[in-house]
Amino acid sequence: MARVTFREERCKGCELCTLVCPKGLITMSEHINSMGFHPATITDMDKCNGCALCARMCPDLVIEVERDEKKVV
Amino acid sequence: MKKVFTRPESFNDIPMHYCPGCTHGIIHRLVAETIDELNMVDRAIGVAPVGCSVFIYNYIDCDMYQASHGRAPAVATGVKRVVPDGVVFTYQGDGDMAAIGTAEIVHAAARGENITVIFVNNAVYAMTGGQMAPTTLMGQKTTTTPHGRESDANGYPVKMAEMLSTLDGSSYISRVSVHDPKNINKAKKSIKKAFEVQMENKGFTMVEVLSICPTNWGLSPKESVKWLDENMIPYYPLGEYKVPAEV
Repeated sequence: MARVTFREERCKGCELCTLVCPKGLITMSEHINSMGFHPATITDMDKCNGCALCARMCPDLVIEVERDEKKVV
Repeated sequence: MKKVFTRPESFNDIPMHYCPGCTHGIIHRLVAETIDELNMVDRAIGVAPVGCSVFIYNYIDCDMYQASHGRAPAVATGVKRVVPDGVVFTYQGDGDMAAIGTAEIVHAAARGENITVIFVNNAVYAMTGGQMAPTTLMGQKTTTTPHGRESDANGYPVKMAEMLSTLDGSSYISRVSVHDPKNINKAKKSIKKAFEVQMENKGFTMVEVLSICPTNWGLSPKESVKWLDENMIPYYPLGEYKVPAEV
C-alpha cells in the first residue's frame, strides 16, 4: 500500500512527474489552481507502489509519498 | 505507513519563484538533503550567486551570504578562512561562474580552497533573458545568437569540470545531471561526496550539474529534459573527473 499526496497549490504544471512514473499513473487535472496551472494528480492510487520517482523529479516539492514498511522475513 | 519522501528539514516551506519545470528546485533540494544527512545545518554557510538562483538564501535554512556577480568563490574563501569549522559552499550558475566569475573560480581552485562549489550549467544566461553563455552549445539559439552559436563569431563552449580538474589544488570534481530520477540519485551522491571531502579538509571540490531552462530554451519542460539528454550530455560527459586518492 502506498499513498501519494499532491500539494495542488504548489504545482506549476510542468508535467515532469508524468514523464517518470513507471506505471503512467499521473495526469494533469482539468481544473486550475490559484496560480493558474493544471495541477498534477494520480489516477489510480491502488496501482501505485510508492516508488517516489515522481516526488524525486518534482522541482517544487509538491509530492509526498508514504508506503507500508517492508516486512522483514 | 512510513513517509518515504518528504521535504528535507533544512528546506524552508515556501513557494519557489522558479519557472515551471526549472530544475533549480531539484538541485536546491539535493543540497538541503545533504545538509540534513551530514547533520551540519549549524555549520553550513552558503554563498548565493547573482542569477536566477540568487534567492537560494530564502529556501535553504542555513547561514547565507550573497556575493557580487561571479565573486562567490572569493567570498567563500574569506568565510572559510575566518570560520574554518564551517562547511562552506557556493551555488552558482554558468553565467555567474563560467563567465564573469572565471578568475575567481579558477584561482579558488588553484589555491585549493577548502570549499564546495555547486555549479549549475543550463547553457544559457537565464535571469537576464536567455543570452548566450560561455557554456552555450554550438548551434544553440539564444537571444544573442538568433541563428545559433557559430565558432567564427562566438568561439567554443567552456568545459569547466575538465578545466578545473587539471589544477593541482582541486580535489573532487564531477559532472552530474538532474534530467531523470536515476541521474538525480547520482547527483545526490556526488554532492554528498563533495561535502564529505571538504569536511575532511582535502581541498577544492566542485560538482557541475547539468540543468534545464525551459523558458529560455523555448521548449516545454518535457522537451527540455529530452534536449538535455540528446544535446548537452554528448558535449558535457557525465562522471567524476577527479577523486581524492583515499575516497
